[in-house]
Amino acid sequence: MTAAALTAEHLRVRVRELLSAHPPATTAPAEFLRARFDAGLAWVHYPEGLGGLGAPRSLQAVVDAELEAAGAPDNDPRRIGIGLGMAAPTILAYGTEEQKRRFLRPLWLGEEVWCQLFSEPGAGSDLAALGTRAVREGGEGGDWVVDGQKVWTSSAHTARWAILIARTDPALPKHQGITYFLCDMTAPGVEVRPLRQITGEAEFNEVFLTGVRIPDAHRLGEVGQGWAVARTTLMNERVSIGGMRIPREGGMIAPVATAWRERPELRTHDLHGRLLELWVEAEVARLTGERLRQQLAQGQPGPEGSGMKLTFARLNQEISGLEVELLGEEGLLYEDWTLRRPEIVDFTGRDAGYRYLRAKGNSIEGGTSEILLNIVAERVLGLPAEPRDDKDLAWKDLAR
Amino acid sequence: MSSPAAAPLDLLYSETEEELRTAVRSLLAARCAPAAVLARIETGAPHDPELWRVLAADIGTAGLLVPEKLGGQGAGHREAAVVLEELGRAAAPVPYLTSAVLATEILLGCESAEAADLLRELAAGRRVCVPALPLTLAPGAPLPTPVRDSGGGSLGGSVGSVADAVCADVLLVLADTGLYAVPAGAAGVSRTPLVALDLTRPLAAVHLDGAAGTRLADPATARAAIAGALLSGAGLLASEQLGTAEWCLTETVAYLRTRHQFNRPLGSFQAVKHRLARLWLDVASARAAARAAADALATGAADAPLTVAVAQAYCSGVAVRAAEECVQLHGGIGMTWEHPAHLYLKRAKADSLALGTAGHHRGLVADFAELPAP
Ligand SMILES: Cc1cc2nc3c(=O)[nH]c(=O)nc-3n(C[C@H](O)[C@H](O)[C@H](O)COP(=O)(O)OP(=O)(O)OC[C@H]3O[C@@H](n4cnc5c(N)ncnc54)[C@H](O)[C@@H]3O)c2cc1C
Repeated sequence: MTAAALTAEHLRVRVRELLSAHPPATTAPAEFLRARFDAGLAWVHYPEGLGGLGAPRSLQAVVDAELEAAGAPDNDPRRIGIGLGMAAPTILAYGTEEQKRRFLRPLWLGEEVWCQLFSEPGAGSDLAALGTRAVREGGEGGDWVVDGQKVWTSSAHTARWAILIARTDPALPKHQGITYFLCDMTAPGVEVRPLRQITGEAEFNEVFLTGVRIPDAHRLGEVGQGWAVARTTLMNERVSIGGMRIPREGGMIAPVATAWRERPELRTHDLHGRLLELWVEAEVARLTGERLRQQLAQGQPGPEGSGMKLTFARLNQEISGLEVELLGEEGLLYEDWTLRRPEIVDFTGRDAGYRYLRAKGNSIEGGTSEILLNIVAERVLGLPAEPRDDKDLAWKDLAR
Repeated sequence: MSSPAAAPLDLLYSETEEELRTAVRSLLAARCAPAAVLARIETGAPHDPELWRVLAADIGTAGLLVPEKLGGQGAGHREAAVVLEELGRAAAPVPYLTSAVLATEILLGCESAEAADLLRELAAGRRVCVPALPLTLAPGAPLPTPVRDSGGGSLGGSVGSVADAVCADVLLVLADTGLYAVPAGAAGVSRTPLVALDLTRPLAAVHLDGAAGTRLADPATARAAIAGALLSGAGLLASEQLGTAEWCLTETVAYLRTRHQFNRPLGSFQAVKHRLARLWLDVASARAAARAAADALATGAADAPLTVAVAQAYCSGVAVRAAEECVQLHGGIGMTWEHPAHLYLKRAKADSLALGTAGHHRGLVADFAELPAP
């Protein structure tokens, strides 16, 4: 059957076949996930043999809804978010057949967690200025030796693999001498040190790379083309951060609305006004995301996508701030300052203080709100680009 | 208890809707450019009857909400919303919201033969009919009845801030004994034009002194019909506000791309870029909210009142913000009478009071979503 002929009905049939051959109630979750991947129902728009069926992307929602209704286990996307949201689409777009076969299945199954070795102490928003070096040994096809320091690396402590960008030619302008690699986090010379963040936890890390050997077979894309590859990752990152589908009153507004209903003694007129304003904005954000998904399903991707992360970050911060205030005396307390190295970022399972503090990262991680506003202004509204004087300079000659 | 679950909504524009938009937009580009609107308001008679005739009768937009058996297009709120987007974008001085939406919805709710006759006239664009109610009247607010029937349908009383009354052929008057259609030129009817903030939607005070009209509905039916019309009107006004905001954003971006100061286009300064990017986000969100309201009204969704309240609570503010940014970012020229920015600012601000303020609609959200006041 050709991909275009695949309809929602075909997919429902396939889901039912999967469910009857592997009833979720009596099948081990890992076993079920393997069968799901092999049936092409993991990410339906991926090619056959790689967890998909080459179907339209919009049909994934059909599959997810059917499986959820049947009580099927999921692969804990919160634990493997970087793999699913960023590594996988990049490997799909740029990987060799061998790389795709080697990496996508364990990635989707959650057997291998991924992290993103992009940011460095000297290269954040200006990511293309990065200085981590990769030098090839022994000419064409030889191993690469990597030295440098990465920072703010989420889940480096649980990751088996990393997507890594490094400089392979310092004599070229900064966007040109970069190459993209898949880095084994267990390789000698990879050192992960926890970085404690404002929540008290160490969700992200510093990663020191000292003489780390990466076989040329783990290079993704051509030598020197790493920036183009990285842009695929970054684009997917923004969509995956702001683009989740949520029901009315889902997301951060839920715990506040619940507290408001259940605890009338906390109510004040001032808080009421602000709660209603944010409730309305959260509902409008939900509708805006819904509209974006409808556009995508019709094959008319709108520029709204770049805005969703901006809205998501602002609302999370305002709503969680209101929630701490609403709780009164309880808002003065915090659940636990013990240094932990969590496996997942869990907004809903935690208390208001944690939500307030963690949400501060929403406007920094995955591109700051300032950078995203520049992108909207330049790419959506067509306003002139920021004046820049680093474009034609060799990376080694840039001011640092 | 938690808030009502959301009905599935179609938030896109259909092909037919886009065709309708194209027809309306090209008419407005030819007949209702900002310079023409500016020239008209100078004359003290901003309404353009010729533009109205083409829009209402030739393109057939006046009958979008009217069933085909009553001579209308049998379309719906989604299509009417697209027309309002375009009218908002042009700050067009035509009685669409008042006649083709509010009066039409009231008449549809009357279910009498007299109302049906009048609907045929409205749908054909032969007559303009406006409700003799203050423009600020909001869904969910108590209905005023300043008009008394002193016996045998002889009506007396006054209503202020009636939008488009000056160009109406028929007024819909709510009296203590029911709803009446009163010819605007009838004996005992006078309309006193008011100096309005919004120059493109003229207001008048309506005075009745022993005026006679045709009774269309009993008091209970009349009140229900008006309540339904106010809900539709508020929901569709969001689309007009979206159009207003869109014009302001587009115009401002275009200006700042070409206006140079400091040897650079002003639009290359980040302080300006970020403001415009935020405004774009607001407009994109207002589009989702306004489409949601139109679709919920069109499908008669159970949660339509909540969706309408959300759209009004959100879109009013976006239109005002967009118009204020438009004036500010145009600098001195934005403060002039010659530049059309002020038409949009005045329309946006007046619209933010029309059919309930954002605050009023947030109060409705509190009721529907069960988030009670202290
Ligand atoms: C919770 C969290 C998790 C993260 N996880 C990862 C990860 O897993 N992997 C990874 O590689 N990175 C990760 N990051 C890093 C993140 O991508 C960077 O922090 C981010 O891109 C900003 O870079 P920076 O911290 O160097 O700030 P800087 O670039 O130094 O920016 C400082 C301030 O200046 C502003 N600014 C910078 N440039 C401009 C400009 N041109 N115009 C206007 N304002 C500007 C910024 O918006 C910011 O407010 C994570 C960050 C956080 C907070």
